[in-house]
Amino acid sequence: MSIGHTLLGLLESGPRHGYDLKRAFDEKFGHDRPLHYGQVYSTMSRLLKNGLVEVEGVEPGDGPERKRYAITEAGITDVRRWLATPEKPEPYLQSVLYTKVVLALLTHRNAAEILDTQRSEHLRMMRILTDRKRKGDLADQLICDHALFHLEADLRWLELTAARLDKLAQAVTR
Amino acid sequence: MTPTGSLLVATDLRKAYGPTTALDGAGFSIHPGEVVAVMGPSGSGKSTLLHCLAGIVTPDSGSITYNGREMATMNDTERSALRRSEFGFVFQFGQLVPELTCVENVALPLRLNGTSRKEAERTALSWMERLEVDDLKGKRPGEVSGGQGQRVAVARALVTSPRVLFADEPTGALDSLNGERVMELLTDAARSTNAAVVLVTHEARVAAYSDREIVVRDGKSRDMERAV
Repeated sequence: MSIGHTLLGLLESGPRHGYDLKRAFDEKFGHDRPLHYGQVYSTMSRLLKNGLVEVEGVEPGDGPERKRYAITEAGITDVRRWLATPEKPEPYLQSVLYTKVVLALLTHRNAAEILDTQRSEHLRMMRILTDRKRKGDLADQLICDHALFHLEADLRWLELTAARLDKLAQAVTR
Repeated sequence: MTPTGSLLVATDLRKAYGPTTALDGAGFSIHPGEVVAVMGPSGSGKSTLLHCLAGIVTPDSGSITYNGREMATMNDTERSALRRSEFGFVFQFGQLVPELTCVENVALPLRLNGTSRKEAERTALSWMERLEVDDLKGKRPGEVSGGQGQRVAVARALVTSPRVLFADEPTGALDSLNGERVMELLTDAARSTNAAVVLVTHEARVAAYSDREIVVRDGKSRDMERAV
């Protein structure tokens, strides 16, 4: 999963401190793998260097100074492009797709479109495998079947998520 | 906008059953020899779209042209003739006449069009060979398996050499292996005759036999090839 894009997406709803960003990330996406502070600050300095975020203000705290980050126009464009680009179909995509769908809902983008685009990409791969299967021997057929069943499982998850988008929108924007 | 070279084109179709909206501005187009999957969740309007395209259901508004001709301007007789000679149909189940043998079932559309029994059954048998069910010619539908029956139904749908084959969940009642074989034979046969196939399915592995897909949701359609 792209932590940079996820943090950028979270920033789109308003400027935040690094600590708030980590908390929002852990709450929404880090169920079994919370972010380390180091990851947040190294990611933010990279985004800053690339002009995707800016420091909106610096406040003195008990420890080091607290920077308040805001997303730039270039950052918003980057999030939009990431959300619109389908993921390469491969097993265990759920976490990145889930993140994209939640971020789309949080930033009031069309989450159904993301799922449609991903379905299309999966089907493109399934067509290639189906074609290879038709032309191949039994070994090819069995290998392609394995990949096809995995892609189909992804698609079933995609359909179920599409059917639950309204509920998910209520849950994440609560 | 009409995509150039399309055989069947629908634009801005609307259809309501009482207070329930089934189609809400759906569109569709297909070229000869193309297999297009119509996907979407249950109740999204995909079967209504297929029924409108096939001239079985009349939309409340919108346009459907077949081979450049507006379907709304045809009378019932013309539409029936179109369905009998230019279109073929495969459904999920329950389509073979139980009293007739398999070869008589396959020959039926030709007999209805006035072809002699001998000629109709000869053509029927050649289609049954292509669908690998010619050995069932003398059996009645009740005596064959689901997968075999569905192949007989595909042979019957193709026996008139239709220009458009409408298939509504054609493998819905079959297991994976039989479903796959039906899809292979169906798409091979359709491609060899340059027939267009409108394939309604909610199964991704069935849709993978298509050239492209459109997604129907809440009565609206999205052409995924043209959307990118």
